[in-house]
Amino acid sequence: MVTMSHISSTPLKSGQILNLPRLICQIVGHSILGFLRSIGALSLFVGRATAHCFMPPFFPRLTLRQFIDIGYYSLPVVGMTALFTGMVLALQSYTGFTRFNAEGAVAGVVALSVTRELAPVLAGLMVAGRVGASIAAEIGTMRVTEQIDALVTLSVNPFKYLIAPRLIAGTLMLPLLVLIGDIIGIYGGYIVGVYNLGFSSGNYIEQTWDILERMDVISGLIKAAVFGFIVSAMGCYHGFNSGRGAQGVGTATTYAVVSASILILVFNYILTEVFFS
Amino acid sequence: MSKATSPKIELSDIKKSFGSKIVLDGVDLTVNKGESMVIIGGSGSGKSVTLKCILGLIHPDSGSVKIDGQETLDLRAQERDQMMKKFGMLFQGGALFDSMPIWENVAFGLIQGQKMERGQARTIALQKIEQVGLAAKTVADLYPAELSGGMQKRVSLARAIATSPEIIFFDEPTTGLDPIMADVINELIVDCVKDLGATALTITHDMASVRKIADHVAMIYEGKIIWTGPVAELDNSGNDYVDQFIRGRGTGPINKHAGFKTV
Ligand SMILES: Nc1ncnc2c1ncn2[C@@H]1O[C@H](COP(=O)(O)OP(=O)(O)OP(=O)(O)O)[C@@H](O)[C@H]1O
Ligand SMILES: [Mg+2]
Repeated sequence: MVTMSHISSTPLKSGQILNLPRLICQIVGHSILGFLRSIGALSLFVGRATAHCFMPPFFPRLTLRQFIDIGYYSLPVVGMTALFTGMVLALQSYTGFTRFNAEGAVAGVVALSVTRELAPVLAGLMVAGRVGASIAAEIGTMRVTEQIDALVTLSVNPFKYLIAPRLIAGTLMLPLLVLIGDIIGIYGGYIVGVYNLGFSSGNYIEQTWDILERMDVISGLIKAAVFGFIVSAMGCYHGFNSGRGAQGVGTATTYAVVSASILILVFNYILTEVFFS
Repeated sequence: MSKATSPKIELSDIKKSFGSKIVLDGVDLTVNKGESMVIIGGSGSGKSVTLKCILGLIHPDSGSVKIDGQETLDLRAQERDQMMKKFGMLFQGGALFDSMPIWENVAFGLIQGQKMERGQARTIALQKIEQVGLAAKTVADLYPAELSGGMQKRVSLARAIATSPEIIFFDEPTTGLDPIMADVINELIVDCVKDLGATALTITHDMASVRKIADHVAMIYEGKIIWTGPVAELDNSGNDYVDQFIRGRGTGPINKHAGFKTV
């Protein structure tokens, strides 16, 4: 508290230049404390929200609606992303592998990269942009217009009514989207391989099946579940704590997308480390 | 104190600041069961914040809020959800759920809070919509954004009273309404207290409405309740601030630039 008021209330005067190192330490210390505080708040929020996912009353109708909003309507975005990723992957790896006379590895590289890495991560990022933003904007607007307060006065817990359905839907729908993305992505590689690079259709499919193991797909789906949870949780957290007015909602939306994207990349590394080392 | 004699709402020494701005600086207020209390006070003086502190939507920095003699500030989440069933609140801004049609807004507390069957809840909602002077048939299936500001306010009022709560808060119920409709709403609030035995706490700037609905009046100024008494004594309160406020004079002890004290 002392450091905080010191920074805000005293402008830097010439006599204080000598104090500069101290001032820098204060600023750094203050921002680290602020950072830790927001991590604490976030963990508390996520813990509370998760607990509410398992405690009745449940809202099945709302959860179903979120399944449709988050899952079904993200399908085109995720599908397109997967298709073109698979296609470009086949093209690029072919260029590389011909230099080592290893064209036969193209199908395997496409299958492994798509299922283990690219489908979950790219789908996660796309959904962060689409779903994370809309969750934050919707809940943020409800916060700003006191609709969340109104829920409370009508004896409905906003964690159960607003947040739990979105967390559940995010966590369950993203693996499903990624599974579809896996298939479309591999199919994209197949199209390029067969119609453009001259592979025989039977060969390509056989090579794909040969190399792909169950764990490759499952690890990708587990990643997807974690990413889906992250996207929903970030959207809800930033929306729920949205500042006042239209600007507050705008900022909340930005934070939701940015923080979800970064956390997805961080957790992607952590999970890969856990699964494959 | 036994439950029978404890006041319905009892605030003592409620303090709340936002940043360095002190909004409530020790509010004491007692509302008895079946009483209609009206809070008056300048714009931005902390009236809405007071209501939100009672409801627990804003957590006061210090002080005590007792409902039926029970301290509420340290309630656990579930007990608080339970306690909320006693309350109905009309928000100053309406706060209607914009993703739901009007009737569902009004029926929300019945369907979600009381687990009433939807058909039955709709029937009650339509009645309440009629009671606030709207044609239920035409508005029931519209969305909040399709109504005028005053109509939204009345829907919000219908939602607040739909569950027949024991304690009802009205934050500026007649602002934005024409004089005739304002009178209809005033009557409705009086009915809630007289017929349903509810305890009401109303915020208003409209002196006609104060005289119509209040049993007791409290005036808030600079974060404190500076006067409280029966509505009959409002005109000879002997308090210069109250006198200036109810007569709406530009000059007097209340400075129009009155700011907030800071920490
Ligand atoms: N969430 C908040 N964050 C920061 N300041 C707030 C918040 N809510 C209210 N305030 C401040 O508290 C003060 C009192 O606000 P309040 O809404 O209680 O006024 P009011 O008495 O209801 O006024 P009016 O009659 O205009 O509705 C205002 O100065 C407002 O800026
Ligand atoms: Mg107000």
